[in-house]
Amino acid sequence: MADSKLIEKHKYMVGIYDHEEKIIKAVKEVQKQGVKVHEVYSPHPIHHIDTYIGHPRTRIPIAAFLFGATGMLLAIWMISYMLAVDWPMIIGGKNFLPIPTMVPVTFEATVLISALGMVTTFFIANNMGPGKKEAMFDRRTTDNRYALIVDLDKNVAKSSEEIKVVLESLGAEANPKIIER
Amino acid sequence: MADHIQYNLEERYEFTPKLRKQLLMVIGIGLLLLVAGAVFLALDTGGGHHGGGEHHGGGHHEGGGGGEEHGYNWMTRIWANFWLNGIFFTEIAVMGVLFLAIQYLAKAGWSASFLRIPTAFGNFLPFTGGVLLIVFLFANHDLFHWTHSSLYDKAGEEYDSIIANKAPFFFWPFESGSFPVFWLARFVLYFVLWYWLYTLIKKQHLAEDNIENRLNVKHYDKATVYSAIFIVIFAVTSSTSAWDWVMSIDTHWFSTMFGWYMFASGWVSGLAVITLAVIYLKEQGYLKMVNENHLHDLGKFMFAFSIFWTYIWFSQFLLIYYANMAEETIYFYERLYGYDGIYSPMLVLNLIINFVFPFLFLMTRDAKRKAIFLKVAAWGILIGHYLDFFVMIMPGTVKENGGFFLVEIGTLLMFIGGFVLVFANTLSKYGLIPKNHPMLEESLHHSI
Repeated sequence: MADSKLIEKHKYMVGIYDHEEKIIKAVKEVQKQGVKVHEVYSPHPIHHIDTYIGHPRTRIPIAAFLFGATGMLLAIWMISYMLAVDWPMIIGGKNFLPIPTMVPVTFEATVLISALGMVTTFFIANNMGPGKKEAMFDRRTTDNRYALIVDLDKNVAKSSEEIKVVLESLGAEANPKIIER
Repeated sequence: MADHIQYNLEERYEFTPKLRKQLLMVIGIGLLLLVAGAVFLALDTGGGHHGGGEHHGGGHHEGGGGGEEHGYNWMTRIWANFWLNGIFFTEIAVMGVLFLAIQYLAKAGWSASFLRIPTAFGNFLPFTGGVLLIVFLFANHDLFHWTHSSLYDKAGEEYDSIIANKAPFFFWPFESGSFPVFWLARFVLYFVLWYWLYTLIKKQHLAEDNIENRLNVKHYDKATVYSAIFIVIFAVTSSTSAWDWVMSIDTHWFSTMFGWYMFASGWVSGLAVITLAVIYLKEQGYLKMVNENHLHDLGKFMFAFSIFWTYIWFSQFLLIYYANMAEETIYFYERLYGYDGIYSPMLVLNLIINFVFPFLFLMTRDAKRKAIFLKVAAWGILIGHYLDFFVMIMPGTVKENGGFFLVEIGTLLMFIGGFVLVFANTLSKYGLIPKNHPMLEESLHHSI
């Protein structure tokens, strides 16, 4: 999330796990011991991991609704302008603005704009996109490892040594690395 | 998420005498209203009703000349109401069977814990089948224009070449205009096939309770095979029954989408009834293992199929509107402008309740997970689709004499009472949880 140029750098500890069940257990256990989990990286979606971490619910449906509404209005404006203002034409004996015939195009535009808008929102929210440098904590999370990230600057109550012990006790690879970004 | 809670898998639904009494009272009140409404109608039309030639507005083709309609009488509206409710509740009952069959065929796990509820729907089929058969045998001339033999007499004044060309569809192998053998044979076939396959699936579904080894999936596999057969048969019969029972009322008119249109309407009603039944049983303390995740999926079903219904409805409407051919537009012309426009508010209301309302109301995740929202949505959808069937059937049968008053309310109450009575009675006959269902464990852990 954090853009390194604008925001102060944070130190992150990266605990690497080799099994889905281990990391789910680790996420639950780590939080019980008072350590806040920053993020989990996994090669595949893990059911309910966001609720285990305590992430707030995604607001992408709201974006989808707003983009959809935009698309609908855009289509209605476009069709009305073309058929009734710019070049009025009688088609099939209908009046200039036949509402039923507007429905399919309006529907398609709603779907198109909401889909494109959601993809764009997703890319911006996650700081992704063409030309962006990838911000992986550990490249193995695209293959067969699961990474549990702890933001050390947000867990000042415990020292990094203590957090390291907690992560390792739950099955993380020995000596979890600390990445600053 | 699901922690290991021990559920009572042996629980049974208890059909209390109190509920039975209440339901019988509902039926009684319905009957009372029906009789009162009938008396009103009889007194109202007793003194020389406006004759057949006076059909205004709609420009109903079939009217043609005076006297052709063979006289509307006050009984027509009552027959039409029985036909309407018979069709509506047949659809709901058969959709319960379809839901069960789909769950088996898709090897669905999420629904296993409440599968006994749609299973109990099918038992209402013989009742609606009987009602519909009686109505047809007594009132075919009142409801179905095509049953008049004078339409098929080439020399006669009322000869109608369009309907005469369709005659074999009703009368084969008999002579046109005589006894509708083919139509009735199909009618009986639908009910026999549906009910027979329903009992086959149900038998296997219930036999599962008595197996000793839970790893034994013999009954599950057999039920899957019967479900597949049912779905193939229902794919065809759901369309053809819609043509026979509803589309043939407007005999001249036809729509290739009509079968799907009626199916969509019935299916979303069936899903609404399943949702309501699950919620009410939960409120009474049954079905502890059904949680908001299962409700969420049922809500999604209602949401999705409300949109599906709209898609079908609109596709049918748009083609007719755009092509603008008189023989097709008559259907919507009658409903929007015909008969002094008495059906047009219902048509508009129908679109609002069945599309705009569920679309906006069930859109958010929270609405699909809270019982109270789902209850409102399901009741709305049920009312909306009753109206949908009303708009399908009434304009062609009672024409300008239609309306929504005592007779309509009375018949509806009688059918609701009867349906719940049969449903509750069936449900109390076996365990509420399919305790040896191979997917039950998955259903307990269902989480979205």
